[in-house]
Amino acid sequence: MEKFTTFESSVAVLPVDNIDTDQIIPARFLKTISKAGLGDQLFFDWRYEADGSPKADFVLNNAQAKSAQVLLAGDNFGCGSSREHAPWALTQFGFKAVISTSFADIFKGNSLKNSLLPVIVPREMHAKLMEQLKSNPLAKVSVDLASQTLTLPDGSTCQFPVDAFSRTCMLEGVDELGFLLKHDIEIGAFEARAQGALNTLSVAL
Amino acid sequence: MSKPRTIIEKLWDSHVVCEPEGAPALLYIDLHLVHEVTSPQAFEGLRQRGLKVRRPDKTFGTCDHSTPTTPRSLPIVDPIAKAQVEQFEKNCKEFGIPHFGFQSKRQGIVHVIGPEYGLTQPGMTVVCGDSHTATHGAFGALAFGIGTSQVEHVLATQCLLQRKSRSFAVRVNGTLRPGVTAKDIILALIAKIGVGGGTECVLEYTGSAIRALSMEERMTVCNMSIEGGARAGLIAPDDTTYQFLHGRPFAPQGAAWDAAVARWKQLPTDEGAVYDHEVTIDADALEPMITFGTNPGMGIAISGAVPDPSALSDAVERDTLKKALAYMALEAGKPLAGHPVDVVFIGSCTNSRMSDLRAAASVLKGRKVNPKVRVMVVPGSQQIKREAEAEGLDRVFVEAGAEWREAGCSMCIAMNGDQLQPGQYSVSTSNRNFEGRQGKGGRTFLASPLTAAASAVTGTVTDPRKMLS
Ligand code: SF4
Repeated sequence: MEKFTTFESSVAVLPVDNIDTDQIIPARFLKTISKAGLGDQLFFDWRYEADGSPKADFVLNNAQAKSAQVLLAGDNFGCGSSREHAPWALTQFGFKAVISTSFADIFKGNSLKNSLLPVIVPREMHAKLMEQLKSNPLAKVSVDLASQTLTLPDGSTCQFPVDAFSRTCMLEGVDELGFLLKHDIEIGAFEARAQGALNTLSVAL
Repeated sequence: MSKPRTIIEKLWDSHVVCEPEGAPALLYIDLHLVHEVTSPQAFEGLRQRGLKVRRPDKTFGTCDHSTPTTPRSLPIVDPIAKAQVEQFEKNCKEFGIPHFGFQSKRQGIVHVIGPEYGLTQPGMTVVCGDSHTATHGAFGALAFGIGTSQVEHVLATQCLLQRKSRSFAVRVNGTLRPGVTAKDIILALIAKIGVGGGTECVLEYTGSAIRALSMEERMTVCNMSIEGGARAGLIAPDDTTYQFLHGRPFAPQGAAWDAAVARWKQLPTDEGAVYDHEVTIDADALEPMITFGTNPGMGIAISGAVPDPSALSDAVERDTLKKALAYMALEAGKPLAGHPVDVVFIGSCTNSRMSDLRAAASVLKGRKVNPKVRVMVVPGSQQIKREAEAEGLDRVFVEAGAEWREAGCSMCIAMNGDQLQPGQYSVSTSNRNFEGRQGKGGRTFLASPLTAAASAVTGTVTDPRKMLS
């Protein structure tokens, strides 16, 4: 994993509450056995007409949004299916952070494991950012994970919460599996004292 | 005396391997279920790192999502789906994981086969790369959905890095009226707390109406916990649980069974334990529920009317509801009952078990489905299919004019050939009404098997209480 560094970017605005992962990446694209090509399928049914032409009024089809590394969305972003294809598609498209008032649990966890930062801001801050982007759609925000600070176009700042462990992993570019693997002895000790263990191999199939 | 604990805390405490400083706890996983869609990249990750599956004896696989529900004598026509199912079987073989493959007589939806074979047991931690894993919580297990990175973590270490969830008691008191089902309880709960209402929480369903439910009905309730945003949902085990499990292939036998039951009896929440959140639902007041919008929280009683966005003060909330009604092509203030439907889908891990099929058959017996409606009945597993056929349910469906298909996720997820056409309306017993969930441009009304079957007969959204014998 690459180290997550402070960056400045314009913002693509998608002011809809409860955007579910079926919208972020429709299920029919989940038949893949790799991670490749998912960025092209991001928000596919919101992005393209039935004939495959881009929908003119959808934010990601707007030239300046294409370079945005930050997505501003409504409450409870990423609800629904646990598919990790959602953060894979978002990062492949070019996003590094999503700003919302809240995120669905599984999506948040999946994103942190893929260097996609969920930035949780209070309602007033969310509204303020929407306002500023309305008057200047090209305005930039700055995202600093180390200090957990979001800076709005007008220079006002706000702190956002991030799980401390995930933050360290993202800043150092390490993944959780390596950390888990280091606890082999503790896991073995736990297994030795575990009661009534299930054995799925015990029944002839 | 030690501090009273909820079942949620007991499950957590008994599975913490260690709590490294500055990191979440390592939580041990007793059962890891895998399916074809969310596992290939995880197996690939293991290969790249040269890792093995730590405990294949605690791992179990089945194919369901991209698996077609056409007769098994036919090949999988979609080459991408075919490659995925084949890769799944190859991965299971390579890593020594027991599994029910495409041609297995025991294949089925992952959340149906776990309980069916007694893999799911009280007191366990159960995970799967699928958000409806909470279904297994019906047995008093801590069961939750995970992403593909975590599938890889569990395959490699049998552990997950986890923070403790908050606890949320859902008390459902009273008695359900005729025609009102477990599905209506959960749809009513989600309409009440919203699709984000349970975020960061594990729900415990309690109360007299929950105790009165069968295991299959409890699974229906727990299944949709994620639709309320919860990490998991569970029900403390009782005699109903033990009776269901006893004698199933993977359940403990003989003396081990008695020891297990004694252990399981320690699980229920202690008197005086405190929850972080609570909500109460009066079962007597519930009506059959139906969703009108594009998330499962957009639900109303079937006698109700579609809500009006202009009544909402928050701009984003108002626009979200407007967008949903535009997608659904519904008018605010109008009742949903009587709205024409094109397809009725009875199936999915929410409602594809014997009691669901019996409920649907009780309405369809001696009746015909409206000729304008395509009705698909899809059993949750091959085992259920055989049982239903032994009872003659398949004939009831076919004689009524419905399709009787092979087991799988089918039109719940529309990645296996079963799908709505753009603009079509369905009444569906599945769990998600997201835009395009049942096929691009398709529009979904979620409801119980009774409501679905009644709507199949009339060809419009119909209150099943009118058809109860
Ligand atoms: S039936 Fe639907 S919700 Fe259940 S596991 Fe399959 S796709 Fe997921």
